[in-house]
Amino acid sequence: MTAKWSILSILAENKPGILFKVTHLFRSRNFNIESISVGVTENPEYSRMTITTVGDERQVAQIVKQLDKMIDTVEVRQLDEHKTVYRELCIFKIRLGDAEDSMEVNKLAGAYGAKVHDVRRDSMMVELTATPDQIRAFEELAGRFGILEVARTGVAALQRSGS
Amino acid sequence: MTGARALMAAMEKEGVRQVFGLPGGANLPMYDEFSRCDIRHILVRHEQSAAHMADGFGRVSRKPGVCFATSGPGATNILTGIATAQADSAPMVAVTGQVPVAMIGRDAFQESDIIGMANPVVKYAFQPRTPSEVPGSVRKGFYIAETGRPGPVLIDIPKDVQQDEADMEFPDEFSIRGYHPWSDPDVAAVERAISTLLHAQRPIILAGGGAIISSAFAELQAVAEALMLPVVTTFKGKGSFPENHPLSLGPIGMHGHAEANKMMAEADCVLAIGTRFSDRSVGTFEEFERRLKIIHMDVDPAEIGKNQTTQIAVVGDVRASLRIMVRLLSGTDVGERRTPWLEHAKETKSYWKENLKTHPGEMGAAKILRKLRQLLPADSVVTTEVGQHQMWASLFYDVIQPGTFFSSTGLGTMGWGFPAAIGAKVARPGVPVVDIAGDGSFNMTENSLATAVLEDIPVIVLIMNNYSLGMVAQWQRTFYDRRMVGVDQGRCPDYVKLAESYGALGLRAQSMDELERAIKEALSSEVAAVIDVPIDPEEDVLPFVAPGTPLKEMILPS
Repeated sequence: MTAKWSILSILAENKPGILFKVTHLFRSRNFNIESISVGVTENPEYSRMTITTVGDERQVAQIVKQLDKMIDTVEVRQLDEHKTVYRELCIFKIRLGDAEDSMEVNKLAGAYGAKVHDVRRDSMMVELTATPDQIRAFEELAGRFGILEVARTGVAALQRSGS
Repeated sequence: MTGARALMAAMEKEGVRQVFGLPGGANLPMYDEFSRCDIRHILVRHEQSAAHMADGFGRVSRKPGVCFATSGPGATNILTGIATAQADSAPMVAVTGQVPVAMIGRDAFQESDIIGMANPVVKYAFQPRTPSEVPGSVRKGFYIAETGRPGPVLIDIPKDVQQDEADMEFPDEFSIRGYHPWSDPDVAAVERAISTLLHAQRPIILAGGGAIISSAFAELQAVAEALMLPVVTTFKGKGSFPENHPLSLGPIGMHGHAEANKMMAEADCVLAIGTRFSDRSVGTFEEFERRLKIIHMDVDPAEIGKNQTTQIAVVGDVRASLRIMVRLLSGTDVGERRTPWLEHAKETKSYWKENLKTHPGEMGAAKILRKLRQLLPADSVVTTEVGQHQMWASLFYDVIQPGTFFSSTGLGTMGWGFPAAIGAKVARPGVPVVDIAGDGSFNMTENSLATAVLEDIPVIVLIMNNYSLGMVAQWQRTFYDRRMVGVDQGRCPDYVKLAESYGALGLRAQSMDELERAIKEALSSEVAAVIDVPIDPEEDVLPFVAPGTPLKEMILPS
């Protein structure tokens, strides 16, 4: 079986220590967390965690079962990426060599629908909200200018209604 | 009412009659309550033993055993006991004292983050931060510990939460949104299982610990007899099926019975009941699942597909699943269909009964354990420690009455058997309770003799004494070219004198006659007894399936 990228959506009790338990489960069962994002839901009793992980079908099925078995999780779903809206927010600090670089980066940001912040003589910040694939592509293109720093939020995802 | 009073009242409501424990600074308010309630306190000499006693009590009574420890080292000392209970799905409630809420996180004296440390080895953990949370934590804790797949629950109570007063409510009704301990078995899946078993050429039943936990003894036997299937067990499932039954082949695995491993290796379809297919049972995961159609019944959905790919899964309490199977099987007559396979099983069994070579000396392991079996009433409870004696018990001590044999099979905790026997005796005071021990394991918790003597819990410890860490020695002889390192225990201590120093009965048996006399004397003794049985340090446990190899590749006695 081949390893693939999966998005897990976990609705959990919004109590202290739950994030610790979820991440500990991944560690103790020898699974990987690629990214994680956590926040309270529309109902303050629950928080939603979105975890992306890499594993083959059997491994991911096992992660879902182990997460589901946790008493503090209320619902665990493996999301179908084709039926899901998923985005990650990413902030890049990009090196600027000359004025031309600044224009090029601005153009690139425009093409990706990214916002530009904190423009300096030698660097600028770009805020991009996109899928991880798009972020990777942007990162590659921006790489030629020199990426000084990156901060990422991890993927947040929701399944579309009716799916 | 104080949090400590509420704790005791809530435990009384759960039917708790005794607590195994040891007091300290952070649980003094709880201890003070023993002076005003009917719960008996059984003092241990090390907190690990308290946890094992609670575990033994829980496995035998199927109600959570309770242990108490103080904060810090008291709490960390029970961790091994909690992990042992988790690995073997035993119901337990461990209650620890904690430093006061305001001191948490300040590295206070005897502070440990026991909630954080215990997380991976508990079924659930509570830390009530106000006294009014205590009754709910106890009610939910007991419910979680004993329902579904049982396991240990930790309740860590800060000292001020024990001391402070609050208006208490003791709710009978509660809900835990994310906990669904049982699901109804899928009848259609059971039907498919029956049809698969009927059409298989060489089907077999593999009964695991789940069959014992859910007391599915009658149902298991009814299914085996209706379908005329040979029955093997895992080591944890040993004694889920009477081992003197004609269909019984005994445990499979690393030190399984030769006939069980042989028949398991030849089967084409297995009805696996309440087992996680541990590496020690199946040899190699890949070979096992490649060869077999697997029907898996288990209460824990996460066990389905964890270690083995299954063709048919029946999720639910295995006793409920087997009941459905028994009902659907009524009127089924397998007729002559099973005759050749059963004949083969019978021949294999009698071949190995006659031809498995055992130690030639008078005090060989097989002879000792068969003598013990002969002298013990069928309803006696047996626990074991961990090591060679444990595997010899698996091979040579036949369990006749189901659910009377318990061992630390998952975590393999040396020192478990003796305190667990004490807990078992508390649960079932009317029957003899024997810990089949090795000297190495017994050393780990032998100070529980004080508890057995002073608390009047007369269990019997039978030490198969090879003056060494015998299983490690066997592996060094087998896999490390006889380079013996760290296994010689010397002639230390003298177990007869050790027992006597605690006020227990100390006996030594160096011949079969002496052994018979000693066992009889221990059985009629009013105090705990230790029988020291010196054996040959060179005796190996055989058959032996080396780790990571298929069951059919057994190392046999030469």
